Amino acid sequence: MNSVKSHCQETYLMQNTQKRTAFRAGLRTGLPIAIGYIPIAIAFGLLAKAAGIPNYVGMLMSFVIFAGASQFVGVNLLALGAGFSEIVLTTFILNLRHFLMSASIAQRIETTATKKWLALLSFGLTDETFAVAALQNEPHLSRYFVLGLNLMAFSAWNFGTWIGLFLAAGLPESLKLSMGIALYVMFIALLIPSMKKSQPVLVVSLLAMGIHTVLHWANFANLSTGWMIIIATVASALIGAILFEREDCTE
Amino acid sequence: MNLVLLVFAMGAVTFVPRMLPMVILQKIKLPSFVNRFLKFIPFAALGALIFPGVLTSTGPDNLTSAVLGSVISVILALNNTNIMLVVAGGILGAFIGNIYL
Repeated sequence: MNSVKSHCQETYLMQNTQKRTAFRAGLRTGLPIAIGYIPIAIAFGLLAKAAGIPNYVGMLMSFVIFAGASQFVGVNLLALGAGFSEIVLTTFILNLRHFLMSASIAQRIETTATKKWLALLSFGLTDETFAVAALQNEPHLSRYFVLGLNLMAFSAWNFGTWIGLFLAAGLPESLKLSMGIALYVMFIALLIPSMKKSQPVLVVSLLAMGIHTVLHWANFANLSTGWMIIIATVASALIGAILFEREDCTE
Repeated sequence: MNLVLLVFAMGAVTFVPRMLPMVILQKIKLPSFVNRFLKFIPFAALGALIFPGVLTSTGPDNLTSAVLGSVISVILALNNTNIMLVVAGGILGAFIGNIYL
């Protein structure tokens, strides 16, 4: 009886350690996202302030919405005097790409995760947390790892917003501008090693860049950037799935 | 307009596309074509997110800064440098491009 109990306790403790290790690894892996988010969140805070939006609403946006593009566009539209439904609809369209990302990452999260856990993790899904999680080498991601990753990104986003709303008016312009490249650089750092390793990945990602560029230049039907990204992503992933029938794109 | 209500409505339409596929699709076995398509999504999305957006990432009239930052980060990433160093190098490149070029 005693030995059974201590055995159970041991397994329990071991599992706890594993959870903690995964959570910490998630936080650590999220650091580059945090570095990229803080300046952008600062810029968001400054913009919200400039648009005359009350500080508590600016903070609430980062806490409840947690989506850079939506928040920027939302504030812009508010400043332009757009209506309630117009702002909500634009936000929705802008975030449709997360539908694809969520479907893609769903297959990677450990199957033991309950629906409540998945709903919690999905709140933290952004372009950046998705990209970092999807490009991890492990086929199955621990939910504690993803939680740590999301929490790091979420904290940095809210911290940056707070700085932007309350402190940042004095930062030099050249520094603020230079930080704008941070997230792109992180995307480059994530994508290049996979492009080197796998020809299908190389083809698909170059296709996506090409399609987005053509849409951007042609600019027909006044497509928003959100739609252009969705179209370029779907089209190039489809072409990849057709072209590379036998290859496994992850290796 | 009630701003707090607006923020929660925006939060709701942001959350739903994030949440639905994850909750519904996680335990479903998908046909191999769909699976391949979904496996390509991260790389396709990264490509579309990077280019041409990166060119205007350091401001509207600041192409040199953006190009210098991206070239440095591509070189660092090609040499399998740690991601934090790639990010640092890219920001530094953009900063130098911004000040001196």
